[in-house]
Amino acid sequence: MTPRDIACIELVEMLTDYLEGALPPDEVAAVEAHLDTCPPCRTYLAQLRATIRATGSVPVETLPDEAYDTLLAAFRDRSR
Amino acid sequence: MQADDAAVVDRLRAGDQVAFATVVRQWSPAMLRVARAYVRTHASAEEVVQEAWLGVVRGLDGFEGRAELRTWVFRILVNCARRRGRTDSRMNAELGGPTVDPDRFRHDDDPYPGHWRSDAAPVDWGPEPVVLAAEFRAVLERALAELPERQRAVVELRDVHGFDREEVCDLLELTLANQRVLLHRGRAKLRSVLEGVLA
Repeated sequence: MTPRDIACIELVEMLTDYLEGALPPDEVAAVEAHLDTCPPCRTYLAQLRATIRATGSVPVETLPDEAYDTLLAAFRDRSR
Repeated sequence: MQADDAAVVDRLRAGDQVAFATVVRQWSPAMLRVARAYVRTHASAEEVVQEAWLGVVRGLDGFEGRAELRTWVFRILVNCARRRGRTDSRMNAELGGPTVDPDRFRHDDDPYPGHWRSDAAPVDWGPEPVVLAAEFRAVLERALAELPERQRAVVELRDVHGFDREEVCDLLELTLANQRVLLHRGRAKLRSVLEGVLA
């Protein structure tokens, strides 16, 4: 069976489901058939993957130093 | 429970401050994101995380090691966060609408409706190290901070802290489908912000 035609506007909204392995096999085939013939969508997917990898190295928010001090003090008290 | 996990628990019970400081530093950023998905303000989220750690300190001797240490700590966190109440009204706003500007695609009167307009298609960013440069990390850091809280929680837990999807659903009380929608919207937004500075 030929995979169904997907327009780019629809494909871009399917890519997370595609990357998460959440699409049924016929939809995976439709996504891959589209990607095979559509350079801009391949670029879009490559950019999404690059974004995911870059996000992995972003410094993230944490507790303020005073909170760490409070917690360490509580931990020391417990051990006494 | 894994062997190294048991070793950490033993060190914590023995009062090893380095071990405690290590787990607090390691897990607090992810805990903060989870808490923030439940409460209205950043300050409340910080309080919830502190409260959870104090609960961990109190509960250490009773921890039986049936679950992994991290799972146990995050369960205490979710219980603390849930007690502060949550606001479900924001959820819908985080789930709807397209993630790419519809004007970048050809309209219905075009022979190829819904396909990229040639003047608005994504343009190659060049070699990946460019995207990983420090200046773009700062851009991403700001973009993450501007995501709606649940999108941010899902993206950070998955893509920064490496939690798996089931854990994220469990911690944030999401279905797998909604987890994917939040992840999709968050990642798509970050991509578009990078596109804005790279293309």
